[in-house]
Amino acid sequence: MEFAFTDEQQMIAETARAFFAEHATSERTRRAMAGEGIDLALWRAFCRELALSGIGIPESAEGAGLGLVELAIVAEAAGAQVAALPMLGSLALAGQAIAAGGSEAQRTQWVPPLIAGDRIAGYFHDDRMLASGGRLTGGSRFVAHGAIADLFVVTDMRQMWMVRADAPGVTVTAQTSMDQTRPFAHVMLENAPGEILPDPGAALGAAQRAAFIVVAAEALGGAQACLDRTVAYAKERIQFGRPIGSFQAYKHRLADMMIEIEQARSAVYWAACAVDEGAGEADMAVHAAKSFAADTFFRCAGDMIQLHGGIGFTWEHDAHLFFKRARSLQTMLGSGNWHREKIAAMILGEAA
Amino acid sequence: MKLGFSPEDELFRQECADWLGGQMAGEFRDIRGVTKLTGSPERRKEWEQQLAAHGWSCIGWPSQWGGRDATLAQQVIFAEEYARAGVPGRVNHIGIELAGPTILTFGTREQKQRFLPGIAAGKTIFCQGFSEPNAGSDLASVRTKARLEGDQWIVNGQKIWTSLAHISDWIFVVTRTEEGSQGPRGLTFLMMPIDQPGIDIRGIRQINGDAEFNETFFTDARCPADSLIGAVGDGWRIAMGLLAFERGVSTLGQQMGFRNELDEIIAAARSNGAARDPLIRQRLAKAEIGLRLMRYGALRMLSQTDHARIDGAALTYKIQWASWRRNLGELAMDVLGQEGEISDHRDYEWDTLPNLFLFSRSDTIYGGTNQIQRNLIAERGLGMPREPRGSV
Repeated sequence: MEFAFTDEQQMIAETARAFFAEHATSERTRRAMAGEGIDLALWRAFCRELALSGIGIPESAEGAGLGLVELAIVAEAAGAQVAALPMLGSLALAGQAIAAGGSEAQRTQWVPPLIAGDRIAGYFHDDRMLASGGRLTGGSRFVAHGAIADLFVVTDMRQMWMVRADAPGVTVTAQTSMDQTRPFAHVMLENAPGEILPDPGAALGAAQRAAFIVVAAEALGGAQACLDRTVAYAKERIQFGRPIGSFQAYKHRLADMMIEIEQARSAVYWAACAVDEGAGEADMAVHAAKSFAADTFFRCAGDMIQLHGGIGFTWEHDAHLFFKRARSLQTMLGSGNWHREKIAAMILGEAA
Repeated sequence: MKLGFSPEDELFRQECADWLGGQMAGEFRDIRGVTKLTGSPERRKEWEQQLAAHGWSCIGWPSQWGGRDATLAQQVIFAEEYARAGVPGRVNHIGIELAGPTILTFGTREQKQRFLPGIAAGKTIFCQGFSEPNAGSDLASVRTKARLEGDQWIVNGQKIWTSLAHISDWIFVVTRTEEGSQGPRGLTFLMMPIDQPGIDIRGIRQINGDAEFNETFFTDARCPADSLIGAVGDGWRIAMGLLAFERGVSTLGQQMGFRNELDEIIAAARSNGAARDPLIRQRLAKAEIGLRLMRYGALRMLSQTDHARIDGAALTYKIQWASWRRNLGELAMDVLGQEGEISDHRDYEWDTLPNLFLFSRSDTIYGGTNQIQRNLIAERGLGMPREPRGSV
């Protein structure tokens, strides 16, 4: 038992933080927001130069090894900059699903290009998808970074398929999305050819666990950034002849942010460790992490706007980037209430 | 980063569980499940000595002083198994967790020899004399005075909220030894025997009807000149050092007590149908999440190797658990409904859950109120300007 980063994990954290802080600047992110919601050059640099994109996918499945703790470390660093990158859809969801549930041929064909950033994948589920003879009809209006995806991994929560974006019967329409750093697309499948993954249970399990943790870690990084930036502002902004951070009403709100964030940090790394170690409480941990960290982020982002006063409400200030990302993380992949209901059923001893 | 325990640690867990379980099924079965701090005091003093006789009294201490040099993981395991076995809280908690480590860190060799064996053996029960009627949140404004006369300190004043003073043998007090000094300067940390004519203890009845806190009056109370820890005027530094020990491993045992409370609420919700209410279900899940995060926060805090840095988890821990438990008390009552507002006892005595509801109102006050905690977090954790001191 040693619930602290190892030296190697500390090094990954420092490398990832430095990379995103230097490159995922507000200016670049805003350029991406005005376009397709992705900083493609940054994504390629992350995948190719930093070589951290294969983390969390076993080497036997063409990944870089290591575990979800290391993946969470990277996602936390990206989240701190609200980076406009397809990490969640392409790697945590699609990449994990193919690596865990794909055939060897499917893994060899798709995992390396996803990790290298040569290909980008989107992911969605549609409970009412019609599947017959390898043809799929269905869709989703909430496919993150779907407009730039080359491949979709889709599920009806029982089976899972890969569908190429350029296949016949696939229509992709970009949506005007509140969070422009991770815009949604409307993907429609009309008798589109799908290639089935042979082990959908493994695929679904791996994708959900990794994605819940990545969402939570991103939220943690975002929440900490909201606090850090607000703390800096509290020290420099003077009103009534004193820094506004000297007022107790202000201080206490900052303290409340920190209290939540420290719990979110415990939640994220508990969940990542529990999954990596195959602990019995892993299922509860990922539901706890996703719901708690996303709520923490939203609260901190809202507080960031409030504690900055008028400037925090402007387009020019970055507060709204965090606020919109936070809102998106709260609802994505199950609301907080849905995750907590799962935990309620577990502790009340009801069959899932 | 690793959460799992090693096979050796799991063996140690079994050893702890076997011994504690055996005691609670055997010789000490009469105190199993006692949750009130004031319950069965004499038997619980005997229990302290039983722990000591079998080497379980203070496993984290150096073996030279009666401990086992236990690793962090072993201390965590013992604290968890202790509470899991339904063993009541340690009546000498203050001696083992606060006085002992303070003497180990700041005491002279002679003081270690004088005090540590008795604490380790469960024969010297300690209580803590910090707060005063006019020094609550503003702890540094203590007025209890001590002056050196010949080879003795003479102490006059009043302490309050001295938990378990009525069953303790010794009290450590923060006193003002420099005439006219203010705030944290001029304070001295003294260890005093309680059984003397100059010390008078009166219980304070609390909102739950119980009386585990006391007022302690000092009227020309005495202790030998060499009873001070550190130097004259060093009291504030010692007191602050001591408070840091409070964030130690014992928090994990405390959490197991919380676990038992939450489990009782879950059982009540299942049996009375409250578990069908979606809002109650959300609150139960939130309570469960909060408890788990407390455990992992504590493990992070304990795993922190860089003690120079004030760790975020350590700074936020007090307000986190206190607020969680107060909410738990409210949840308990919402699950019980009006049944929670009547008692089967003839006296004003309450079962675990209604008692939790009442008692937990003190959790967010003692040991630093939530408001003081937020000041500390903002100032020490986030570098905000300090609160200005008034001059009234």
